Amino acid sequence: MSTAVVEPEVGGLPGEPRANSGGAARKNRDRLTWGLCGLAFLLIVSPAISILISVFHQAAPDFSLSMFTKTTADTSGLSNAILGTLLLLLGVLIVAGTIGVAAGIWLAEFAPPRLGGVLRFLSEVLSGSPSIVIGYVGYVALVTSFHWGYGLLPAVLALSTLVLPYVVKTTEVAMRQVPSALREASEALGLFRATAVARIILPPAIPGIVSGLIIALAISTGETAPLLFTANFSNNNPTFHLFHHSLGYLTAVTFNDISQPNTPGHNYAAQGAAAAAVTLVILIVLIALGRVVSARSRRATARMSL
Amino acid sequence: MGLAVAAFIPGVALACLAAEMIWQAYPSIRDNGTSFFTGHVFAISSGYSGTASFGILPLLWGTLISSLIALAIALPVAVGGAILLVERIPKRLQGPLSVFLELLAGIPSVVFGLWGVFTFGPLLSRDIYKPISKLGLPWLSSGVTPNGSGMLTASLVLCVMIIPIIASTTRELLRSVPQTSKEGAVALGLNGSEAVRVVTLPFVRTGVIAAAFLGWGRALGETIAVLLISNNNANGYPHSIFAGFTTMAATIAQDLDTALTVPAALHALAEVGLVLLAVTLITNFIGRLIAQRFGGGAGLPVGRGV
Repeated sequence: MSTAVVEPEVGGLPGEPRANSGGAARKNRDRLTWGLCGLAFLLIVSPAISILISVFHQAAPDFSLSMFTKTTADTSGLSNAILGTLLLLLGVLIVAGTIGVAAGIWLAEFAPPRLGGVLRFLSEVLSGSPSIVIGYVGYVALVTSFHWGYGLLPAVLALSTLVLPYVVKTTEVAMRQVPSALREASEALGLFRATAVARIILPPAIPGIVSGLIIALAISTGETAPLLFTANFSNNNPTFHLFHHSLGYLTAVTFNDISQPNTPGHNYAAQGAAAAAVTLVILIVLIALGRVVSARSRRATARMSL
Repeated sequence: MGLAVAAFIPGVALACLAAEMIWQAYPSIRDNGTSFFTGHVFAISSGYSGTASFGILPLLWGTLISSLIALAIALPVAVGGAILLVERIPKRLQGPLSVFLELLAGIPSVVFGLWGVFTFGPLLSRDIYKPISKLGLPWLSSGVTPNGSGMLTASLVLCVMIIPIIASTTRELLRSVPQTSKEGAVALGLNGSEAVRVVTLPFVRTGVIAAAFLGWGRALGETIAVLLISNNNANGYPHSIFAGFTTMAATIAQDLDTALTVPAALHALAEVGLVLLAVTLITNFIGRLIAQRFGGGAGLPVGRGV
């Protein structure tokens, strides 16, 4: 924008009463600008509220305890999908959690600057790759070429590829926020670098790392595209088999039910919305948890930096 | 050491994704040649009717137009909303109100699809599209469906999906504007909106452009929501902005099921995926390059801006 020039106010010399025309026009433009900004803010807030209301409203007929006790073979049940989603989250926590945290620590503490920069950049670019492409590769490579079949492991690996960059980034940022005085002090005391990282620098960074893991879980909860062709779907409650056992999960229920016409005794629209509502509840819990943890992390680093 | 190995995994994963897509797409590149990019019909099922045809012009067109409409609306809304949030809303309320941004960033695409099909689309169709279509303007007259599914609704939902990416980055950038510059503007007699225009916007401009590229990349690659709301029409260009269309990502998700048994179709979908991957990685790459070169201030978020 090249509007860096503000028109001088007519008669606006210091001490003189301001000329009305210029001042009024400026005041009006100020009001107009803030009005537009307010409108924009409303346009951000209202879809969020509308989505919450419409999903829970549409799901209302399906809310009952049988949601947790029956499987999706029955339109009032969701138990297999809820358990499947939780199982996927556990898998992502193990795979993406371990790799991502390790990578983040290395990038923050040990990486040579140039190499670190390249790896960081690649990781960030990976986060931009479309989830359906990850799903396609998961299907062609893991499910077919490796003969793993649809199952927990290909699904977890596809999801982990998707969320890995988030864990790497948040871990690295959390480590870097630990004040350098701690590093200097541990060096002065003659600690090995690895010991210093593990015993001195890592502990205050943990809340930040945890909030990164929470973000990864939140994203995993809501993904559909990478799972459609790696986890497939099953109406049975999930098992711990890694291969050749299709797996039900919440977002697939919503996805499949949207295009199903309702039949007597089978309210697919309500079941799909109920699955979406449970997904949203998990997300809201994760977001709330993330807020608590990141507030803690801010306090921890604030205390550290004297 | 082990940590270093972990740091290479995101880069390796990215390379594997690209290599597998190229490997899978190669037969299609060889057989279809340039007709892949000039053909007007994309149909994978050779079943009973006619032959399969792989021309991705309509998919490219749908992907570009829908994502650009989304970006054109999301950019001013996100920036305006973020400005209001940071500059006008008291510090105490900023935290709680930011929840809406986090929520919007976290809502799964399948839930956006559900909302688009059952709430947002029907509303638009009844109250906005129908009256407009009666006016008989070019591009705005036909193709209105009762539930609103079609290009404009899909673009608007995409817009809501990418707003949090741009808005949360803008918010962080706005917070990093030096207080003294703002005070200087006020001391020169500028009012609030003028100070924003003269001091704040130039300061954050590059970062916002970079975030816009990230948001665009997300809109290009979005699968599930578009698939549900696009009124899937792969063949032929829509003659109206309300009519059905499809995108590259949605086509992969839609057709992969059928293509599993048809090698030619599977390879063609891989080439679609490869084009999509290339386009999204390039937008992502440009965004991050802009941020790195001219950015300073806060870094870009990974992926979805959570």
